Amino acid sequence: MEKSDVKVKVLGSWSSPFVLRARIALNIKSVNYEFLQERLWEGKSELLLKSNPVHKKIPVLIHGEQPICESLIIVQYIDEAWSSGPSILPSDPYERATARFWAAYLDEKWFPSMRSVGIAQGDDAKKAAIAQVEEGLALLEEAFAKCSKGKAFFGGDQIGFLDISFGSFLGWLRVTEKMSETKLLSEAKTPALLSWAHKFCSHPAVKDVMPDTEKLAEFSKTILARFRGAAPPKS
Amino acid sequence: MAESSDVKVLGSWPSPFVLRARIALHLKSVNYEYVEENLESKSELLLKSNPVHKKVPVLLHGGNSISESLIIVQYIEEVWSSAAPSILPSNPYERAISRFWAAYVDDKWFNALRATLLAEGEEAKKAALAQVEEGLALFEEEYEKLSKGKPFFGGDEIGYLDIAIGCFLVWIQVIEKFSEMKLIDEANTPRLFQWADGFSSHVAVKDVLPDVEALAQFGLKLRAKFLKTPQ
Repeated sequence: MEKSDVKVKVLGSWSSPFVLRARIALNIKSVNYEFLQERLWEGKSELLLKSNPVHKKIPVLIHGEQPICESLIIVQYIDEAWSSGPSILPSDPYERATARFWAAYLDEKWFPSMRSVGIAQGDDAKKAAIAQVEEGLALLEEAFAKCSKGKAFFGGDQIGFLDISFGSFLGWLRVTEKMSETKLLSEAKTPALLSWAHKFCSHPAVKDVMPDTEKLAEFSKTILARFRGAAPPKS
Repeated sequence: MAESSDVKVLGSWPSPFVLRARIALHLKSVNYEYVEENLESKSELLLKSNPVHKKVPVLLHGGNSISESLIIVQYIEEVWSSAAPSILPSNPYERAISRFWAAYVDDKWFNALRATLLAEGEEAKKAALAQVEEGLALFEEEYEKLSKGKPFFGGDEIGYLDIAIGCFLVWIQVIEKFSEMKLIDEANTPRLFQWADGFSSHVAVKDVLPDVEALAQFGLKLRAKFLKTPQ
């Protein structure tokens, strides 16, 4: 039995796709944990500042006394610490490298391009931003074919590292579609991803923690207002 | 052991990221062919092997191409898992810590390093240098915790974090030269100072470190080119 009596906490926020990654991973491993919602506008908690002094960001996983930071690092930690549960990373080194590659791409290139859609001012800027997001989705549609090998998920029969890394952004993707009145995932351009997205969101490890699109859209309006008005939002 | 034709590294001699791949292969005693890329005129092979980013390093192994230096290092560790030494610790928490600091290097610290070379104006340069020093102070602290009295972040042997940080040592020397200040020295960062010496003279490292004079010349050219190009 692996440390089942050791307390597991996640410091996070219901709206953060990065926090979602940690929660989905823990759900896959059937690990019970306490979710500590950070106050959104009243400043970061003592526990957060103490647990992640370098970045002061969520998510933080606290396992016993040990804090682990950075969402993709947390997911890998969860996979390795609860090694008897279903595997999150593939076992083949090349498939692992591929999953890591696309996860890094998502964080460094694709998610920022999606955020740009929300921030873009004017039709031209919005169009350009959307084009970039779609370019990325085309790459990911291709990657899905290679990684899934005909199965339901990037990870095969079960959701894995890349499913989690990408799927965690689906709430915000839907908000972006709503706000920009554009379908980013579609039957025409990304049929495989469209089908994958639906399966991912209905997965038992995901459905109860994926934020509701309406609620997220409302929240996004609040952030945008603050971003354009006063202080920048907490990332 | 893999035939050297089985394993290729596409690289560029000034790149610290390429060094990471090479050091990891050396640690595992893997023979490989090193291909020097002209980044002003990228080869078909590079563009085909890394179509998304079109960057070096790329590791070619059998029919596979792997990109992104830290991903390459982990791949090397996992493929040649039976070859000592282990690059990552075996304990999941220690692995997470190594990964955390390597990510910090790439996500935060590298930008500051780059800015010391490319920043326009004294203010910007000073700010960048301060950030570099901040990072080094953090590494000095972490080194104490992680090395536990041994010569490297990885302990007795070079590990993931040694590779992630150590690949920048010659660039740091170049920046010290240009800014006329010491970044790693016995006074401010005594542990890193010793560690840097051990790392640079390690058998898996010393033959691939670029020459500091040559790198300085390259740095000047890079800066000139960067400042001419509209941002």
